[in-house]
Amino acid sequence: MTTAVGTTPQSPPRPPTPTPARRTGPRAWATRAPLLPALVFLIVVTQLPFVATLVISLFDWNSLNPDKRAFNGLDNYAAVFTDAALRDSVLTTILLTAGVVIATVVIGLALALLLDRTFFGRGIVRTLLITPFLIVPVSAALLWKHALYNPEYGLLNGALSWVGELFGDTTPSQPDWIADMPLLAVIAALVWQWTPFMMLILLAGLQSRPAEVVEAARLDGASAWQTFRYLTLPHLRRYLELGVLLGAVYIVQNFDAVFTITAGGLGTANLPYTIYQTFYQAHEYGLASAAGVVVVIGTIIIATFALRTVSSLFSEEANRA
Amino acid sequence: MTATTVTAPAPSARRVLRRAKRRNTALGLLAWAAGLVFCLPALWMLLTSLHAESDAATNPPSLFAPLTLDGYRAFFGADTGVTPWPPLLNSLGASFFSTVLVLLLALPAAYALSIRRVRKWTDVMFFFLSTKMLPVVAGLLPVYLFAKNAGMLDNIWLLVLLYTSMNLPIAVWMMQSFLADVPVSVIEAAQVDGARLPTVLARVVAPMAAPGIAATALICFIFSWNELLFARVLTGVVAQTAPVFLTGFVTSQGLFLAQLCAASVVVSLPVLAAGYAAQDKLVQGLSLGAVK
Repeated sequence: MTTAVGTTPQSPPRPPTPTPARRTGPRAWATRAPLLPALVFLIVVTQLPFVATLVISLFDWNSLNPDKRAFNGLDNYAAVFTDAALRDSVLTTILLTAGVVIATVVIGLALALLLDRTFFGRGIVRTLLITPFLIVPVSAALLWKHALYNPEYGLLNGALSWVGELFGDTTPSQPDWIADMPLLAVIAALVWQWTPFMMLILLAGLQSRPAEVVEAARLDGASAWQTFRYLTLPHLRRYLELGVLLGAVYIVQNFDAVFTITAGGLGTANLPYTIYQTFYQAHEYGLASAAGVVVVIGTIIIATFALRTVSSLFSEEANRA
Repeated sequence: MTATTVTAPAPSARRVLRRAKRRNTALGLLAWAAGLVFCLPALWMLLTSLHAESDAATNPPSLFAPLTLDGYRAFFGADTGVTPWPPLLNSLGASFFSTVLVLLLALPAAYALSIRRVRKWTDVMFFFLSTKMLPVVAGLLPVYLFAKNAGMLDNIWLLVLLYTSMNLPIAVWMMQSFLADVPVSVIEAAQVDGARLPTVLARVVAPMAAPGIAATALICFIFSWNELLFARVLTGVVAQTAPVFLTGFVTSQGLFLAQLCAASVVVSLPVLAAGYAAQDKLVQGLSLGAVK
């Protein structure tokens, strides 16, 4: 995946080590040597398995029936796109990712704007807000599933009982959250966990906004909304893009929440979960690999934009240096 | 500020100021409310973990039930004798050793990308980044097959290697930006004195970039500690990590809510501590160094 190379910024001149002239021989190797262990390690541990996945995806291979292993070209890919369950999990992945990313960006932006001002106890509020992000993902998923969503004694229905009692309703509705709205239940838990991340990125963006310009706009009589619309939002654009794309790259890969909260049931199986199941429980190695390659292609599309965004931020950084 | 001083703002300006102040207070309160709402599930987890089982699972919730450490005692095996220590130690080992390995690989690489720059260093940076965007599931099966044939299933050293590959790109990006801040003159002075690269890295660069390196280490540790998919597929009984233990915990013993919350608190504690310590760096790590 070297899609972003074409958009890579030029290395800026750095006074103490000017862009080196073509170096050859032992000197060039002395420069490269420190880089090699990391590069070789990454290629062996991440790229080789992916190549193997590509190869396996072209075979009809079920490990319960190893004698039948045979090359079958693109049949697995055809199966990925025609299998109803797999197609559903593609749709689920899109809904889940889009839902979580949009909600976290909107709430994260609101929270970042609230925190980008001085008020009593700002540090404490910031700490409270990032806590969801620091709960181990499996713990967070278990917490939502059992302590919050449980229809009999979960906090959500407990709160409904309280409110009901307050208004004299002794039998308030007690929805079974996960059964009634499975995908929404997973999305809500993920939104809770990822909003702090968006907030922190956008807060970093807000705090890099030049104070003089905002001050000048205020003196010129711009309203709060005008300042936000014409100054803050354009300045935040890069950070919003970055948040959306990184959020998408992380959420597309989500496994913990789906696995824990619904175990992929009730139409919440996303692609990572389906692939896990296809090879770990159904032992369909070829099919699982083809689905994996499809996820990679989808991610490359998102990641190309993500890399471009990071690249533009990065080149700003490099030019400033 | 009294109205008698010459520099006092005109009445209208003062009214504007007062209104702005009131607005600020209101927004501050709103921020507090949002913070509490977001933290509520976590606080609820903590409170439930401190209740007796009979008080933990009630509707409506029993907020003021007496506090007890029974949930924690049960989690640490007081009743069943099943202790969580092996999985916790596995997680600790896998996270610690992979973090060390990441630092050993990333520090020289970052040196080559920031101080003694290789040609086309930005291309190399983006290669590292692109591996991070490769979905984990896409390489899992071959890794599983390899581990099975090599007899490396249920072995934390395999997790150490995989966690290293998972965290290495982030670490290279973060360290690159930290090392770029180390003055080159200092490094050159050391080299003039005859220091070779490992010495320069260990004696000059590492101490100067120490806070950044510490933050990088914390983030790598957190990611490894949190990881579920690799651990779930590649470990069984012996090398089971804490997140895998947690998922199996519910099914094997039925549901004890207080105990489950206690378990979640214990497993999250290292991440919470590390995360609070490295708040800003955490975003920088997650956003691959793009946000400083």
